[in-house]
Amino acid sequence: MQLAFTEQQQAFRQEIREWLAANAPAEPLKTFDTEEGFQQHREWEAVLNHGRWGMVTWPEALGGRGCDLIEWLIFEEEYYRARAPLRVNQNGIFLLGPTLMEYGTEEQKARFLPAMAEGRDVWAQGWSEPGAGSDMAAIRSTAHLQGDKYIINGQKTWSTRAVWADWLFGMFRTDPGSERHRGLTFILVPLNTPGITVRPIPQLDGLPGFAEIFFDNVEVDVSNRLGDDGAGWAVAMATAGFERGLMLRSPARFQETARRLVELYRENEATASQDPHIREAVIRAYLDAESYCLSTYQTACRLSQGGKIGAESSTNKIFWSELDQNMHATAMSILGARAELLPHAPAAKGVGSWLDGWLFSQSGPIYAGTNEIQRNIIAERMLGMPR
Amino acid sequence: MDFTFSEDQLLFQDSVRGFLVNEITPERLRAGWDTDTGRDPALWQQLAEMGLTGLTVPEEHGGLGMDAVDFVLLAQECGYVALPEPLVNHALVAVPLLQDLGGELAAHWLPLAASGEARVIVALEQNLLAEDAHVADLLLLERGGEWFALTQGQFSCEHSESVDPGRRLFTVTVQAGATPVATGAAAAGLRAASLNRGALGCAAQALGLAQRMIDLSVQYTAERKQFGKPIGSFQAVKHHMANVAVRLEYAKAPVHRAAFEVAENAAGASLAVAQAKLMACEAANLAAKNSIQVHGAMGYTWEVDLHIFMKKAWALANTWGDAGWHKQQVATAIFADGAALGAGATFQ
Repeated sequence: MQLAFTEQQQAFRQEIREWLAANAPAEPLKTFDTEEGFQQHREWEAVLNHGRWGMVTWPEALGGRGCDLIEWLIFEEEYYRARAPLRVNQNGIFLLGPTLMEYGTEEQKARFLPAMAEGRDVWAQGWSEPGAGSDMAAIRSTAHLQGDKYIINGQKTWSTRAVWADWLFGMFRTDPGSERHRGLTFILVPLNTPGITVRPIPQLDGLPGFAEIFFDNVEVDVSNRLGDDGAGWAVAMATAGFERGLMLRSPARFQETARRLVELYRENEATASQDPHIREAVIRAYLDAESYCLSTYQTACRLSQGGKIGAESSTNKIFWSELDQNMHATAMSILGARAELLPHAPAAKGVGSWLDGWLFSQSGPIYAGTNEIQRNIIAERMLGMPR
Repeated sequence: MDFTFSEDQLLFQDSVRGFLVNEITPERLRAGWDTDTGRDPALWQQLAEMGLTGLTVPEEHGGLGMDAVDFVLLAQECGYVALPEPLVNHALVAVPLLQDLGGELAAHWLPLAASGEARVIVALEQNLLAEDAHVADLLLLERGGEWFALTQGQFSCEHSESVDPGRRLFTVTVQAGATPVATGAAAAGLRAASLNRGALGCAAQALGLAQRMIDLSVQYTAERKQFGKPIGSFQAVKHHMANVAVRLEYAKAPVHRAAFEVAENAAGASLAVAQAKLMACEAANLAAKNSIQVHGAMGYTWEVDLHIFMKKAWALANTWGDAGWHKQQVATAIFADGAALGAGATFQ
């Protein structure tokens, strides 16, 4: 055990820190849940990619830096410290990208990965359906193979950033007689294909952050299938594994929220300290954010030495999503009567972006497998309790 | 950056776990409650033969020369079986303190500590009572800002019974005329270092206790049937246990980090230990709360083994610095001007 960064790791940190200082936008971009903001974020992805900082864990041949998980964590720490823009294409680069590298043909990798890296193709996810949420195996949308085309019919929903995205990766039932997780196929669909209707869904802040998507005899070339026909479940599980795993929810994000919460508390201590629970909650925020960081480093080191990620990774989603919610709830308590004010309201001096974060934190325990589903997984697969 | 344990450290943990789980059965623990001292010299001898009493003693004094990182996994296993022998105090707190005190005292006692011939125990004033003072061959007692090194006969003990029948706690009275072995700023430094080591020991044991309570509960709820099914198949029961598993999972790395900081005598050791003890004892307390719930009425009985581990977890949470004391350590650090917080600050 040696809990210090190597010189090489420190140099890497310095390099990304300097690049971000020179290149990260001075003013925050507009939210990518608006058309203008989406375009700004797409352009930022191109800038990142140009500096070879877009997908640092990707192989060098694909425009990455072949970084290991520790370097990934360092990159994220610097990225969040610099308050660089959120990643509009995270569904692509963090979820589909690694899945493509594992299951894609060489032709598919060449066709999709560079365009994804440059932000030319922004990806949305098409898994949930009105009747298939937590119960993902209940998918009913169909893809019928005719010659070298799949004919897709049905409906997807809760598709994040699908309003302005270019592509969708989804799961469709290709064997009409199949049930549950058998007979599903993973297909990549251009969202401008005739027969597709994207209907925006306003989310809690009123902006169209996600959408429902209708498929009416949509023709997709068979070369857009990822993995084998009928093998979609295994491919999707790999994607879900990446999602729950280390790549998406870096400790840096929550440590920065905890740091800002400590600052907010100190700025408002005269009023905030009247409720002893608030001080306790600020201490708790720091403890949990640090513990999340330490655990992530420990897991990353274990994986670097050939260890496997196990069922304990399901604890990750519950821990960070509850932490995020708790930290923002504490900020709301500190802000008191100002907490409900929208950031542009005349009387909203000093409220910052806490309200946006509070609204967004409500989604954490729900998306990517609700925390109840995660608890079932922990109980059954990690603890071995009976089904 | 290498946040892993070595193959050797993990193998040693495995073999110690195997030994302890076989030897320290709940039946043996219960039998120990009714004995005079509650401690078992034969068991202590076995621990010595495995090298555990001398693990942290320097090699030149007959030990293995290992440190808190080597010992922390073993302390977890001591917690898992609720080991009554004072091994954690002896190896993790007392032996390093003897080394810090140095001189003839250390030269005389370290070899005896290594071989297990002497049980060395540290007692801090902050702990109110001295654990296992009755079996201490050497008691290193902090009192009124000074340290005393006392053998049996140089102090008297009054037993105060704990809710945990496995714990033996004493009010110690020092015989008049005892000479301190450390005073002033030196004594204060030793007190802080000892508190860190003792709190780390509690935190590591709490991890093991929490895991034991999970294991007992998973086993019980798989066997107990209601409505024609094992109660462990009901989501309400599963989620109680999943919540414990989540808190336990995120308490482990802070404890291992604290062990590293203690082993390195790092400036950040107190903060790391405070984090570790808060996280681990909370996980163990939640394990106790949810485990008794899923055990139903059986959990409330003396007969079912759960209470052995539950009571030890409760006790450890409030000794070697209670939650309030450790939270204050954290608060002092994070509310200071210029505190290192946020992304990238953890290992600075």
